[in-house]
Amino acid sequence: MKPHPLRKLGFALILVLIAGPVLFPFVWMLASSFKTQVDIIAWPPRILFSPILENYRKVFQEQNFLKYFVNSSIVGVTSVAFSLLLGLPAAYSIARFRQKRLSVLILVARLMPGISFLMPWYIIFSRLKLMDSYTALILSHMLIALPIVVWIMSSYFETIPIEMEESAMVDGATRQRAFLSIILPVSSPGIVTAITLSFIFSWNNFMFSQVLSMEKTKTLPIAVYNFVSYAEVDWGAVMAAAVAIMAPAILLTMIFQKYVVKGLTMGAVKG
Amino acid sequence: MRKSGILEHHLNVFFPLPAVAFVLVMMVFPVLYTLFLSFSNWNLTSGMPFALVGFRSYLRVLREPRFLAALGRTFSFTALALTAETLLGLGLALLLNRKFRGKGFMKLILLLPLVATPVAIGIVWNLFYDPTIGLANYVLSLFGLPRQAWVSGAASVIPALALVDIWQWTPMITLIVLAGLAGLSPEPYESARVDGATGLQIFFRITLPMIAPTLLTAMILRAIDALKTFDIIYAMTGGGPGYTSETLNVMAFKYSFEYFRMGQSSVILVFLFLLVLTLSALIMRLRRRFEL
Repeated sequence: MKPHPLRKLGFALILVLIAGPVLFPFVWMLASSFKTQVDIIAWPPRILFSPILENYRKVFQEQNFLKYFVNSSIVGVTSVAFSLLLGLPAAYSIARFRQKRLSVLILVARLMPGISFLMPWYIIFSRLKLMDSYTALILSHMLIALPIVVWIMSSYFETIPIEMEESAMVDGATRQRAFLSIILPVSSPGIVTAITLSFIFSWNNFMFSQVLSMEKTKTLPIAVYNFVSYAEVDWGAVMAAAVAIMAPAILLTMIFQKYVVKGLTMGAVKG
Repeated sequence: MRKSGILEHHLNVFFPLPAVAFVLVMMVFPVLYTLFLSFSNWNLTSGMPFALVGFRSYLRVLREPRFLAALGRTFSFTALALTAETLLGLGLALLLNRKFRGKGFMKLILLLPLVATPVAIGIVWNLFYDPTIGLANYVLSLFGLPRQAWVSGAASVIPALALVDIWQWTPMITLIVLAGLAGLSPEPYESARVDGATGLQIFFRITLPMIAPTLLTAMILRAIDALKTFDIIYAMTGGGPGYTSETLNVMAFKYSFEYFRMGQSSVILVFLFLLVLTLSALIMRLRRRFEL
């Protein structure tokens, strides 16, 4: 039986009613980033306007956003890489040796408020003269990335039949060899999920970088935040900055959509 | 027989060791250090010598009206956001739980708020909320309603901030519940239909009980994250106007990095992580109970 055309139309309307409010802030942000200050403060708000690129020029030339882009990328990529290095073997061990207590420790690391480590870090990194260093930022961002990696990968490794290592071990490989050359390659979907999510969360992190970074290592969220208080109400440029910071995370999400959904929902759903 | 080396024999120790060492140094040690500092009077600006003062910092913080207000506000913000997100999120999931063209695209749209940078989101919403040029007041004026102060008003700031949280995180509940619904077995539904059950009966007798563990876990995860909300509040209001949007997290941040009262900020942190730990324990119980 085919559904009634009116019901189909009704459902389409529901979809629009859901998607509209979700998308609207993004659309408004994008539109405002091409507006002049006059168009932005106009009342009633202007839907139609002649777009300009001036705001983006300001953000990238006057504010040197490229440098913060590079900083965010350095911190994100390095902390994710080290988190994989530490997290993959740990996740494997948790999955295969059923180390419940370890998985609880990692879960607690995921749930603890970041600020409860940040204050002691601030004291320690100051003493070690590591404020405004990539080292301090990368270490702090690893505490974001590592739990995500372990969390996602330990459930992923559980889905891989143990026969895979066993057959390699019968052929004379050590277990660590089997892990490296057999388990890791077949786990690439899980690894992609872990990389994408942990990079996005590092990219978006505000609190750690706000305290631990200064001019040299400043990351994008801090730059955007400072830009607001500094540029007061240059809304167009601020919106251009907001677009610039969100674009990479959104792009990654579009490319790896399936993985991102899986990674974000797996905490609560079995499997 | 193949000889197994020391590494292979103790793989269950060597493999997790680096990660565990990292977590111990970067998380467990700082938490213990915070606990230690909470019994001190340490203040980087006062010039007073460091001294252990027992529970005196606790008493000072507990007697501070600003702390009690922040504690209450943390709860009301969380309750407001969580209630709306659960009801809306569940509702949307039930609506979307069918086959239709463009379902993947719909899921992509729902993902966008979840991966968007919170600080930038906060700034965009500040433009909406701007009392003179903001869209929010324009929309109200279209309906003949009076202008609101939104995040600039003491009474409206928490609901206005909660609305941003609701916008950003309702999709999380929706996606989790959708994933849960996709895993339900169709049999109970078939027999219910044979018995002539109504839609409401099916929802309350079958869907809700079967989805309950998933929904509950999602709610607790969300509650923990809402209690910790920092970026949006700090970026949009900095805890203001006055202290009227200051939650525990924001207050602890200011005590640590603006006033440098390390002893007292440690006390606030201890309360914050007690709260989070209680909820985390609840999650673990649930996971064990339902074997999630």
